Amino acid sequence: MPIVFADLYSPSWDLVADIQILLHFHFMQNAYLAGTLVAITAGIVGYFMVLRSQSFAGHSLANVGFAGATGAVLFGIPAVIGLFVAGVCAAAGMQTLNLAERHSRQSDIAIGAVFTASLALGYLFIHLATAEYAASVYDILFGNILGINDTDVSIILWSTLVLLGILVVIARPLCFASLDPDVAAASGVPVRALAFGYLVLLALVVAVAVQVVGVLLIFALLVTPAAIAQYLTTRPGVAVGIAIILALGFTWLGLAIGYFTPYPVGFFITTFAFGAYVLVRGGRFLLARVGQRRAPTSLWSKGGEA
Amino acid sequence: MSMVIAGVLPPFTWNLWQDIQAMLHYDFMRQAFLAATILSLVTGLVGYFVVLRHQAFAGESLSDVAFTGALGGAALGINPLASLLVCTIAVGVAMGGFGERLRGRDVAIGTVLAWVLGLGVLFLSLFTTHASGTGTGFSGVTVLFGNILGISTGQTQTIALISAGAILGLLLIARPLLFASLDPDVAAAQGVPVRLLGLGFMVLLAVTVSEATLAVGALLVFALLLLPAAIAHQVTSRPSSALALAAGLAVLITWLGITIGFYTSYPSSVCISLLAFVSYVAVVGSKRR
Repeated sequence: MPIVFADLYSPSWDLVADIQILLHFHFMQNAYLAGTLVAITAGIVGYFMVLRSQSFAGHSLANVGFAGATGAVLFGIPAVIGLFVAGVCAAAGMQTLNLAERHSRQSDIAIGAVFTASLALGYLFIHLATAEYAASVYDILFGNILGINDTDVSIILWSTLVLLGILVVIARPLCFASLDPDVAAASGVPVRALAFGYLVLLALVVAVAVQVVGVLLIFALLVTPAAIAQYLTTRPGVAVGIAIILALGFTWLGLAIGYFTPYPVGFFITTFAFGAYVLVRGGRFLLARVGQRRAPTSLWSKGGEA
Repeated sequence: MSMVIAGVLPPFTWNLWQDIQAMLHYDFMRQAFLAATILSLVTGLVGYFVVLRHQAFAGESLSDVAFTGALGGAALGINPLASLLVCTIAVGVAMGGFGERLRGRDVAIGTVLAWVLGLGVLFLSLFTTHASGTGTGFSGVTVLFGNILGISTGQTQTIALISAGAILGLLLIARPLLFASLDPDVAAAQGVPVRLLGLGFMVLLAVTVSEATLAVGALLVFALLLLPAAIAHQVTSRPSSALALAAGLAVLITWLGITIGFYTSYPSSVCISLLAFVSYVAVVGSKRR
């Protein structure tokens, strides 16, 4: 579809005209609206994910969405409900298995186990569903950001508002519990309950976002902007702001370029994000080297290895 | 393939010996059992170190990298096995290069993984627009979920060769690797090349994951890599018995899963993965009481 339009409305160096072309169609307006909402939540939730070293949990919960979406189609319930149920079940499973494990300080085994089970269930659901349905597997995996209708946008809007409200309430104790769980527990912060609450929140954010950007790409919006932000600053408030701005920037740019070229939007979003990450890491490394040569005791030489 | 054959398959009787004979009567089933046995052995052994070193995320990412590598090879018209071996080894070495520090390692893996998945999307779109209908029989779904019943003799030979190499390599570095995994600081103080061993293990993991992903799909690889080893790790803390237990469990679960898949016509990778998951949950649950 974008290929056809690109012939009619090809890009120029007149950026205002380009943006007008971009927002000319209703489906692109919806894509930008949904993409913006998803990027904002992903930026915030992703910051905590990186802070808590839970990237694997985020990646797994995104893949759990696959089982949720395929199961919803098989049982004939709305996809959103399937995604929510699967996400909450998976978060509960990860938490319970991890606490029951003999070596529960590192949770990657429990997460991996839940991940395997959900992937297997997802495949089972595809197998049980009809054959023509298998084609839409790609939509679930990779999302279809150009195929979002008005109902989707309003669902995403309301769930984003609710999730942001919850985040505002738990942000402070969660930050404390993530940075120093032992001290937080000693001062009466319910660390374990917060950990579970955060997993559920992550699952819900992923469930909302999966419908827009797909199982495989929500992870890019969660992890990369937050990883870059963590390199640039150690102050939580500023880092969350940077993560949101970066997530928005990657999404908007990716959508725009994806619109004018025949290649998938998701590829551009992830590539811009990864490029920025490499740039920031490389720049930080080089600055540290230069700083070391000029003044061995400067701040840069200390922060370089971080 | 399994669906078509399901119509003429022998029914399940309670005479187990006869059932096994009926099942192994088919050439593709013998082929599947042979390949699956080799793969479970190697994934079980390598998996124990994955569990011990907390590299489940790296293992899972490598099978996604293999997915992208195979798709890229297919889209560009290169041999899938060669392209995915190159991709996974490169990414594996990069991941190993991030070092032994746990904190921040998952973020680096995650960032690389996110981009690799984006590349996979690109290759998939290139592949489906330029090469669909050429009848290669290669699709994204196969790479993700695999079809162990569709393995050819040539594939089995490749698997046997690469697996033998991987097992040999693992046995060679097993002792120092075990030391370096259990207590990296003391091992480094004793002069064990901890970093080099970590890199070597990542290459081994990359090779194992990529050959297995191409043959049986990412889902099954990860299930066999993680779950039998996780069970063994729960049951015993003695490394030698845990290694043997992990390999043995992997083989047993695979045999059972394929048999169940054969007689119920559900995909065997689903049967094996769910069987492994249920066993893991049962072991973890019973340990707690």
